[in-house]
Amino acid sequence: MKSVKVSGKNNKHKVLMYALSSCAWCKMTKKFLNDNRVEFEYVDVDLCSDKDRAAIRKDIESRGGEPNYPIIIVDDKIMINGFRKDKISEALGI
Amino acid sequence: MITLEKVRLRAEADARTNGCYLNPDSGFLNDLFEGLEQNEERYGYPSCPCRLATGKFELDRDIVCPCDYRDPDVKEYGCCYCALYVSKDVFEGKTTMQPIPERRPKEKLDKAYAVATAGVAGAKAPETTVAVTKSSQIKLKMWYCKQCGYVCFREEPPYICPICKAKREMFAELQPRIEAQG
Repeated sequence: MKSVKVSGKNNKHKVLMYALSSCAWCKMTKKFLNDNRVEFEYVDVDLCSDKDRAAIRKDIESRGGEPNYPIIIVDDKIMINGFRKDKISEALGI
Repeated sequence: MITLEKVRLRAEADARTNGCYLNPDSGFLNDLFEGLEQNEERYGYPSCPCRLATGKFELDRDIVCPCDYRDPDVKEYGCCYCALYVSKDVFEGKTTMQPIPERRPKEKLDKAYAVATAGVAGAKAPETTVAVTKSSQIKLKMWYCKQCGYVCFREEPPYICPICKAKREMFAELQPRIEAQG
């Protein structure tokens, strides 16, 4: 699975994001994390193989989420569906 | 060849025809146009940039922009799922735009997923049991709008008539019959 790591000063939390390369909400979320210097890792699901897509969906559903993007997972515990600025800020303390 | 300009002109024309507006945030709007252009280039049709498409038209038909869910979403939430199309209030800045819930039925998503990943070991929709069908096995039917006569050939009738905006209930199946005489 091809993931991209974005480094940042704000690295207290482990942040994983499932996104779509074509999605404007996903771009906005990536920009928000970048602007706040959050260190995160993202996977553009539409660029993945069928096998990886299946694994990603399984991962999302095992955490009780829906495969709608973007999905932000903080510290393997908190899952945020969609670009919810307030929820992301709260989870990351920014 | 599809260009960003073609995508823009098509969206503008569609908004004019259907009484809705394009997202007033020019940067966000440009991202959406780029997403649509990207999808049209790789799939051959402009599927919603914010939904995961399978690349199989029959499975993605309902999420080809403007998607089947646009009109009810704009009416209820002020914008469609990807927020390309917005209501007059959102366009004029009277209400703010938020990400909205997915209206696409989960069964459609499960079915698309099951077909797209058929053959991948261990890949099955975990929450619901979905019969894996090949896209060639999808049964297409002819539907007509009882209000305006619009005819389409697809698995299910559209959410809303693209011509006269009649609801799905106004669609009936058309069963063509060929009679030979003589």
